[in-house]
Amino acid sequence: MNSFWAVFKRELKSYFTTPLAYVFLVIFLFFAGYLTFKEGFYEARQADLRPFFTNLPLLFVFMVPSTAMRLWAEERKIGSVELLFTLPVTIVQAVLAKFLAAWLFLGIALALTFPLVVTVCYLGDPDIGLIVTGYLGAFLMAGGFLAIGCFFSALSKNQVIAFVLSVVACAVLVFAGMPTTLNYVSTFLPPGMVSAVEGMSFQVHFDSMQRGILQFQDIAYFILLIVGWVAACAIVLDERKAS
Amino acid sequence: MIEAKELRRRFGPVVAVDGISFRAAKGQVVGLLGPNGAGKTTTMRMLTCYIRPDGGTASVCGHDVLKDPVGARRSLGYLAENSPAYPEMTVGGFLKFICDVRQIKGRRRKAALDRVVPMCSIESVYHQTIETLSKGYKRRVGLAQALIHDPDVLILDEPTDGLDPNQKHEVRKLIGAMAKDKCIIVSTHILEEVDAVCSRAIIVARGKILVDSTPKELKEKHHASLDEVFRKITSTRGLVTV
Repeated sequence: MNSFWAVFKRELKSYFTTPLAYVFLVIFLFFAGYLTFKEGFYEARQADLRPFFTNLPLLFVFMVPSTAMRLWAEERKIGSVELLFTLPVTIVQAVLAKFLAAWLFLGIALALTFPLVVTVCYLGDPDIGLIVTGYLGAFLMAGGFLAIGCFFSALSKNQVIAFVLSVVACAVLVFAGMPTTLNYVSTFLPPGMVSAVEGMSFQVHFDSMQRGILQFQDIAYFILLIVGWVAACAIVLDERKAS
Repeated sequence: MIEAKELRRRFGPVVAVDGISFRAAKGQVVGLLGPNGAGKTTTMRMLTCYIRPDGGTASVCGHDVLKDPVGARRSLGYLAENSPAYPEMTVGGFLKFICDVRQIKGRRRKAALDRVVPMCSIESVYHQTIETLSKGYKRRVGLAQALIHDPDVLILDEPTDGLDPNQKHEVRKLIGAMAKDKCIIVSTHILEEVDAVCSRAIIVARGKILVDSTPKELKEKHHASLDEVFRKITSTRGLVTV
């Protein structure tokens, strides 16, 4: 087992040795269920997970930064970052290992929403392909939010600051794609710029995946977003780890 | 085994280390002495590749800290100030994690744990989580972590800080026992420790080496106890540079 896997394993385990994982999972699953069934699910008389996926970005805006905030801020606060970076681990290995462990944890949280899938299967005959692409989009979106949170966590030693900054950054990227925002923006920006703003937001890319369309540009958007923020995280961490 | 060449590092306007050079060979226990803020920890952090020097370089067992930091880290064991660890892990889990990162597995891992756990007398807390330990035990877990891969070079930042007199004695004995086939650097401001364990004393203040000698020579040269020598060197030179 190389050092990447060692860090990855330790990180993933640490979620479950502290109450963090359980608190997170319970609250996430409660709201995932609540927001899905709150309105429109039965009224639509259609067996699909649309209400679930539509509400997911909003839920992620708060839930993902709460997982991400501890990634590096805590490590720097308690000083274990000095231990980690005097072990034979490179910055890139450590950043990726911790990021992927957190991403897998969010993947587990998403997987635990399976009762929703069971419910729609019981109620009707849903389009499984649509559900699969929906989950894929949700997982990629979680990765994007997490990468942003990871960056802010490396930026500040204070977890609260890291949380607030990443919530704001994620919210901006979600709300940039909302029709109300775009309407407002189009009052003073040329159409090209408006579509640029739209293209930058999570919403558009996530929406098209929810509709069962797997486009290269959507996947590329999420991959680029993740790679960019994670790379920025590694650079910032290298600069700041000792300060 | 350790070679530092003109190491320099500043933090904003503060010059922490200002051209430190020395060599240390196998069998030596080098005491790095100096008042608070002298640059001891910064020097050690540069040797362990935690922070990059602004100028100069160093090598550990032939691995340059700038070109091959992972190689250098692999060949050294480091006990940082305050012995950082993951508080939610048990002592055993933590040591196993260190083994994993250092790629010690299977039978070798068991052998390493069997060697290091009694050596640092942490058997009784092996299954406890680190956050529940007293400072002395934390320190010993940190020491166990630094020794687990039986490194050729040991860098210990105030290893006896927070230990009771008995534990201090134990740790010094441990350092003494390991001295002959390792190269050990110990930072401290407890001078009796230098007398007890070090074969060489480097006194630093304001990021510069003031004296590089043996404790015995220092005492003979100045006809005084180490305490007085230390005060004389660090305070008078300090005033002159001001």
